[in-house]
Amino acid sequence: MSTIEIAGKTIELDADGNLANAADWSEDLARELAKIEGIEELTDRHWQVINYMRKVYEEDGGAPSIRKLTKESGVETKELYSLFPKGPAKKSARIAGLPKPKGCI
Amino acid sequence: MKKLLILGAGTAGTMMLNKFANELDKNEWSITIVDEYEIHYYQPGFLFIPFGIYNKKDVIKPKRDFFPTGVEVIISGIEKIEPKENRVLLKNNQVLTYDYLIIATGTKIHPEETEGMTNELWHKNIFDFYTIEGAVALADFFRHWKGGKLVLNITEMPIKCPVAPLEFVFLADWYFTEHGIRDKVDIQFVTPLPGAFTKPKASSILGDFLTKKNINLTPDFSIARVDNENKKIVSWDETEIEFDVLVSIPTNMGDEYVKRSGMGDELNFIPTDKETLMVEGYNNIFAIGDCTNLPSSKAGSVAHFESDILFENFMDVIEGREPRAKFDGHANCYIESGFGKGILIDFNYTTEPLPGKFPLPGVGPFSLLEETKMNHYGKVMFRWMYWNLLLKGKELPIESNMSMAGKRL
Repeated sequence: MSTIEIAGKTIELDADGNLANAADWSEDLARELAKIEGIEELTDRHWQVINYMRKVYEEDGGAPSIRKLTKESGVETKELYSLFPKGPAKKSARIAGLPKPKGCI
Repeated sequence: MKKLLILGAGTAGTMMLNKFANELDKNEWSITIVDEYEIHYYQPGFLFIPFGIYNKKDVIKPKRDFFPTGVEVIISGIEKIEPKENRVLLKNNQVLTYDYLIIATGTKIHPEETEGMTNELWHKNIFDFYTIEGAVALADFFRHWKGGKLVLNITEMPIKCPVAPLEFVFLADWYFTEHGIRDKVDIQFVTPLPGAFTKPKASSILGDFLTKKNINLTPDFSIARVDNENKKIVSWDETEIEFDVLVSIPTNMGDEYVKRSGMGDELNFIPTDKETLMVEGYNNIFAIGDCTNLPSSKAGSVAHFESDILFENFMDVIEGREPRAKFDGHANCYIESGFGKGILIDFNYTTEPLPGKFPLPGVGPFSLLEETKMNHYGKVMFRWMYWNLLLKGKELPIESNMSMAGKRL
């Protein structure tokens, strides 16, 4: 468990470095979290993925895997990797304020 | 008569069959097991075949050797489960009904999920070692190989036995040293994970072993396709890695019938309660071993620990009680590290592999996360235990739930 300072607020993180309390999340916070992940600006395509992640999390209680993302988010694997370099499922979950996806064992 | 139906006669299914055949009253219960194949493979032995340590004969026995008397055995593929009707349709057109169902149909590799993987180089310069065919073809290749770039690549997680890829490169280091060409072989370990293993502490310690053995680690590499013409693997973000021989751990998926039954996730793994081992949404279906979506390792040791929990919970459920036993995700893996040594790890859902000692009555202790000869003997001894004790559902001197005894935090 650790904390980070964002825009003057102290935010708690879980052991994986994702938000500990879902209630802390906001769109503004997402923009700040994205910067930490090296994504300077969140485009509409980023938001399509982030919103899809949050919707699945609300319905299933878990962040979706990369396979589910590719199949259902409307964004293809190739583009997912260009939007969220290195680990689309892991990075988009972090920015969306969700815990690490279950597939990342 | 009540009917228990078990789908799959691999490690997990055979263990459950033997446990229940011993326990359930034959006047009250009929037990049926279904599998599409008649041969039982000792899958942990596949790893040793490419290096000439085992051959095909060392890893196969007829399944019937492990079936108790008084049970019905059907050799057929599965068309689909109709869970609401308590019914299973088989490929041979038989229809089986059940009161209780145990699903143990495992996982298979799907190299065709990756673009270009099964093209012209498949089983010529690209091999798997998760099938007997792949392991034997690779043994033939290595026997005549003069050296070059050996790339081991994990396609995506989860995979059966997450330590096997590491064992493979450790053994390759040993094998090519023994053959006097280690200086001509560049060994690369290319993984989608951020390090050598799934859990941080073990990842760092095992990563040090890679460095010590002069094996190059490329983390965070998610393969998009294989370029057969230029012998390269290419990631989704267009990083390229050249190979002379590619050893792939392809995508692992549950059986196709799971999809046809509408019971699986996007990899055809079955959503299962991680503590009770009951299939989510049903009170008469259990799942065990590699076919589940549990956040544990897919490995024989895990299936073995699960078998004790499933057995207890099954007995609770048939007697009208809530299932009381809870699986903790326990895994215990001997990692063969070459030169007659091995490394042992022991962990569960919440405790990552830690260094220290692993006590085992009669034979132990073994050292955890350290390379020792003793750990290698543990691995060698395990094949005998597997055929003679484990599959037959007999007690092993090791607890189902993990113990902290001997572990250093």
